[in-house]
Amino acid sequence: MSMLKVENLGITFGGLHAVENLNLEIEKNELYGLIGPNGAGKTTVFNMLTGVYKPTTGKFWLDGEELTGRSSIEINRKGIARTFQNIRLFGNMTVAENVLVGLNNQMRYGLASSFLRLPGFFKEERDYSKRADELLAVFDLYDERDTLASNLPYGKQRKLEIARALATSPRLLLLDEPAAGMNPNETAELMNTIRFVREKFDMTILLIEHDMRLVMGICERVTVLNFGTELASGETSKALNDPAVVKAYLGD
Amino acid sequence: MKSNLRKIFASRVFIGGAAAIAIWGVLALLIAAGIFSRSMQSLLIQICYYVTLALSLDLVVGYLGDLSLGHAAFYAVGAYSGCAFAVYTNLPLALKFIGGLLVGGICAAIVGFLISCAILKLRGDYLAIVTLAFGEFVRSIVKIIPGLGGTKGLLGIPSFDSRVVGFTASYIVLVLVIVAIYNFTHSRHGRTVTAIRDNAIAAESVGINIKRTKVLVFTISAFIAGLAGVVSGFYKTSITPGDFDYNVSIEALVMVVLGGMGSIRGTVIASAIIVLLPELLRGMDEYRMLIYAIVLIAMMMIKASPKCRALKEKLDGKINGFRSRFTRKRAK
Ligand SMILES: Nc1ncnc2c1ncn2[C@@H]1O[C@H](COP(=O)(O)OP(=O)(O)OP(=O)(O)O)[C@@H](O)[C@H]1O
Ligand SMILES: [Mg+2]
Repeated sequence: MSMLKVENLGITFGGLHAVENLNLEIEKNELYGLIGPNGAGKTTVFNMLTGVYKPTTGKFWLDGEELTGRSSIEINRKGIARTFQNIRLFGNMTVAENVLVGLNNQMRYGLASSFLRLPGFFKEERDYSKRADELLAVFDLYDERDTLASNLPYGKQRKLEIARALATSPRLLLLDEPAAGMNPNETAELMNTIRFVREKFDMTILLIEHDMRLVMGICERVTVLNFGTELASGETSKALNDPAVVKAYLGD
Repeated sequence: MKSNLRKIFASRVFIGGAAAIAIWGVLALLIAAGIFSRSMQSLLIQICYYVTLALSLDLVVGYLGDLSLGHAAFYAVGAYSGCAFAVYTNLPLALKFIGGLLVGGICAAIVGFLISCAILKLRGDYLAIVTLAFGEFVRSIVKIIPGLGGTKGLLGIPSFDSRVVGFTASYIVLVLVIVAIYNFTHSRHGRTVTAIRDNAIAAESVGINIKRTKVLVFTISAFIAGLAGVVSGFYKTSITPGDFDYNVSIEALVMVVLGGMGSIRGTVIASAIIVLLPELLRGMDEYRMLIYAIVLIAMMMIKASPKCRALKEKLDGKINGFRSRFTRKRAK
């Protein structure tokens, strides 16, 4: 069974078909690309898959369970986590706290423990702090653990978003232009990190990206969107050489 | 062994506890020895419940990031229900006080819970206006509930005979509230609150239930505001609906904003200054309110200036440096 199955997914905003009849099947542990020109509807797909928008048509399943129309919270609990194209960190919280918020739903101690600092509080805080540190280490952010998130340089903010998403222990990770605004060195490093995450956490990843080198470098398969409809999909090099795709990217 | 002792001496619990007891000791002594004038003694008690009220509002405004202009409502519900309990029961004074606190806090919390459920969808300006209206609404309801004294107010609330005891009781409530708020804001629950304030969409994307968290914060905040109301009633011995108009909500908001929003220490200092300010300006009669306003504006401007911020960071650094001289740096 595929990890993510999308069938005829579509949404309209006051007459504008932002996404139409999208079909996807992503296998477990696959690294799949979603690409297309500006305004093609890529972010809108993520917003539907994470419950930010309710799709007007179609359905989607995570590991066989239908999640169409569920709330963001439920969808995250079921195992889909994401990052945002325009970074959305908890800016006035430290780097470690950002990850701890991601871990919150796995923590168990109750309100009484919070107010009275019962033993459960200390034990869990210690344990999860350690887990947050481990995650931060993966993204080379350990040394900044006590820095305010808004004071991090741009590239590290993007990495912190991935770390926070992973903290919710998802089965499917959605990355919206993770390399946007990074220089070539940072991009190359990020590619390595994404590969590493995929292996270490046995993660299935759906990635939106503009940087073609990054897409060619790490995605086995891609779907190309244009004006909300699917232009081509399949093996990366084949799909990218599809005449319709070449035309859409180069313009006519 | 030695390092364990050092750790204990440097821990927040120890430093905070020692400071709380020391401050109490000095103030109680000054009251007992008659060095503080009667009006100064009254002000100390007022500071206790105003700080409590401001801290409760800070939870909503500073930590959660929602603007409430109706906190006087929770303060009023707490004061009336808690004081009515004290007036209409036959118990020793200490039990009337403790029971009154519980009744006042719980009644306020229930109202806080209900109102927050009703206003969940509102944000920003709308929320501010609705909470403002709600504050006035509660005030008019109180007037018509039998047994609460109508516009004349609820009279004959028991009080502590000795000012030292009265101050001590108010002070203990304040300290417990500070500890509770500190613990809450430094827990997993508190983190979800600040996460929502910083970025609600991101908070939802990691599975934080925004509605439930907001209701929780409003309920806790209302409980604490209710405690402040009860303490104020025991100090004043009579309360009228006029004591709870929107000026109270605004004053509490000024304390929170001046205190830096989301800062316990800042709110405590700012509230104390604002309660003391009119008293310090007492000699100046008709210019008093004018100077009060000017001083407020000046304080806001100074606080926002870069120099003052740099100074604050330096101070924070010093305090942390002092602490870490005792505890070795967090092990890797
Ligand atoms: N909430 C909304 N209301 C109305 N229109 C919307 C909304 N969200 C997206 N759209 C429209 O849907 C289309 C697709 O937008 P989307 O952000 O998904 O594009 P994208 O492929 O992510 O583009 P980019 O590469 O620039 O990020 C755009 O025309 C956009 O204006
Ligand atoms: Mg986009």
